[in-house]
Amino acid sequence: MGAAALCWLAFLSACAPGAEVNRFAPGEYPQRLSEWGVLQRQGDALALGRGVVPYDVNTPLFADYALKLRTVWMPPGRSAEYADHDAYAMPVGTIISKTFFYPLADGVAQAQEGWSGAVADLDLAQVRLLETRLLIRQADGWDAVAYVWRDGEAWLNLTGAVMAVELAHEGALQPVNYIVPSRNECASCHAAGPQPDALLPLGINTRQLNRGYGGGPGNQIDEWLGRGWLDNAPNASARARNADWNDAGEPLAHLARSYLDANCGHCHNAAGTADHTGLWLDIRNQSFRRLGLCKPPIAAGQGTGGLRYAIAPGAPNASMLVFRMASNDPAARMPEVGRTLAHQRGLAVVSAWIESLPGECSEPDYRGGLG
Amino acid sequence: MHVTLRNVLGALGTAVLLLGCGQEAADPAVEPEDFAATLRLQLETAAPGAVIKVPEGVFHFQRGLSLKTDGVTIRGAGADRSVLSFKEQIAGAEGLLVTASDFTIEDLAIEDTAGDALKINGGRNIRVRGLRTAWSGGPNPDNGAYGIYPVQTENTLIENSVAIGASDAGIYVGQSRNVVVRNNRAEFNVAGIEIENTVHADVHGNVAVNNTGGILVFNMPDLPQRGHSTRIFDNRVVNNNTPNFGAPGSAVAGVPAGSGILVNANDLIEVFGNEVGDNQTANVLISSYFSANYSADREMMENFDPYPETIFVHDNAFSGGGDKPDHEGLEAVRLALYGAEGRLPDIVWDGVSHPERTGAEHAICVNNPPAQVLNIDGGNGYANPAVDAETHDCVHPSLEPVVLAELQTTGIAEES
Repeated sequence: MGAAALCWLAFLSACAPGAEVNRFAPGEYPQRLSEWGVLQRQGDALALGRGVVPYDVNTPLFADYALKLRTVWMPPGRSAEYADHDAYAMPVGTIISKTFFYPLADGVAQAQEGWSGAVADLDLAQVRLLETRLLIRQADGWDAVAYVWRDGEAWLNLTGAVMAVELAHEGALQPVNYIVPSRNECASCHAAGPQPDALLPLGINTRQLNRGYGGGPGNQIDEWLGRGWLDNAPNASARARNADWNDAGEPLAHLARSYLDANCGHCHNAAGTADHTGLWLDIRNQSFRRLGLCKPPIAAGQGTGGLRYAIAPGAPNASMLVFRMASNDPAARMPEVGRTLAHQRGLAVVSAWIESLPGECSEPDYRGGLG
Repeated sequence: MHVTLRNVLGALGTAVLLLGCGQEAADPAVEPEDFAATLRLQLETAAPGAVIKVPEGVFHFQRGLSLKTDGVTIRGAGADRSVLSFKEQIAGAEGLLVTASDFTIEDLAIEDTAGDALKINGGRNIRVRGLRTAWSGGPNPDNGAYGIYPVQTENTLIENSVAIGASDAGIYVGQSRNVVVRNNRAEFNVAGIEIENTVHADVHGNVAVNNTGGILVFNMPDLPQRGHSTRIFDNRVVNNNTPNFGAPGSAVAGVPAGSGILVNANDLIEVFGNEVGDNQTANVLISSYFSANYSADREMMENFDPYPETIFVHDNAFSGGGDKPDHEGLEAVRLALYGAEGRLPDIVWDGVSHPERTGAEHAICVNNPPAQVLNIDGGNGYANPAVDAETHDCVHPSLEPVVLAELQTTGIAEES
């Protein structure tokens, strides 16, 4: 039997309903996503593998308006360790997936803030699948890999890619260079821990999981407890929770801090890869100074936008944070990886919050000198 | 059935096929299926100890490159022969981002990146040799901020390299420990060489010409590490008079054109044996944090020492300079004290010092006849600028040389 036929057989078996999830050692990842058994295309639907459970986060990380389907699979009989704040420690073999897509209207990709999150609502005839990223808990830590969708299958991609998309956005059709991150670029965001080269999941923590799935009732942490996926967890009232991005009733400050936490805090924290900026945007930071209030830049380059402070209270347009969120210049924009478009709702929320902050930055009392 | 990474590396045809899956670029000419793709794959899949060779040629990239494997060497065929060009860059804040230890890069060029050319974030035992970072259009505010930019590194050597056209600093060492910057050339940057919040740095044998400021040693507030102990010696720091083209709001945007060696808010600095001349603001400037254009709120001062202390300037060869300060206050002082044809002394100090730490151990000592120190009395709006030889007639013990730890070279495997 030729190699092609072998591949085809493997492909078919992997596509069976409720496919078994397969595990692969680092360096032996299959070319086709379907071989993992985590998810694959079946007609116009995405079929999840056996034991693969979708989950949702409170405040998503913006990715050029791509919507996301997130799933987790754990080896049967194993469980994760609950933590108040940090990423849950997951058993070896765990596979987390995130599939990025644009909904289509008349064949045109649409920028849209959210979706039901229900796999059954994913009509692939009305969707452009972009990529599926896997985080795999190997024996020596997490590993990241991306698969790029083409012709009904997603293909291994180690080096990242640029995908040209025409996106309907703000009433106009806009060309977008959607960027698939390389393996190393994955690590540049998924490095929230004290070890800079150790990858971590970003959304598998209490404050992000503490919600119902797909906007429905119930609570994912309770559900995980029920599945035996968590050994224990404190009472619901004792669990941290980020703001639900799609809940207009969330207090503005919590919404903004949650947004900064999810979009910036994984690098901008006391132990993160951007700690050298002195700007800490994770939700646990309680110092307004560290949060950027009246804080001059360190090494921002073009990112200053000619402005003095990361956050000028009451003045979003005088705040570097807003400038960098709004910029599309690779040298100035933040986050550095993962977007080429500005996120209008994120900008609006963070701007409104800065607008609401009282006080003003005191000018230096000495303006002589050399500068 | 499964394609292993090693197989992929072995069969570049397959690699190109994989890249094809990604619908790489709208314009296929931008990132051709050639060495550019190969290099990206090699960086992404490098095994510890890999040696990645860059052949002669100009290779174009649309996206930044990144490396996170320890022990990797990237070796080109020469800083003018092997060129990584980012003229078409649409993504990535750097040309090459390295988050790894025991890293060596040598004999190649990184050109025209959107942001920084080479950023090394964290990691120990870093070697940068014979690297050229350049923005080919010359000084321009739209150039990337930094050429060679290690931050939070330890045991870092930058030598025989060239940095041209950075809109912030050509060579910028931030928050690092144990650093040697030697025998490099920095030209047409806002700051030629900048050592910031770094502990134990030796900067010697370098040529800094035609920058806005030649060699800067800064401390900035709000950072995890406070810097001290930098030796600046045997450098040639001349004619750094390029108009400041830094991004407004950045720390260096306030550096006056014509600054030779500029020490701001840093301690334990020894400046000796340098040839410093024709820097039109001043050959040496020593200032407190209050004199920086970015100084802000009092609150930040709680854990920050804004004063330059224990500075020792000796045995430098000064010539020219100080004749056309790019700074209103300094120009007024020059005219008042030295007349239209006069020049400021070689060393200009803002005169702002700690109200209590007045002992000799904290002093700015100058033993460099006939060079003088002008205290511009910056803290009082230049009310009483004056040369005061007595204050600076002192000596500090010489700082210890920086000793770099050996590079970890075990397990090096050739891979080309």
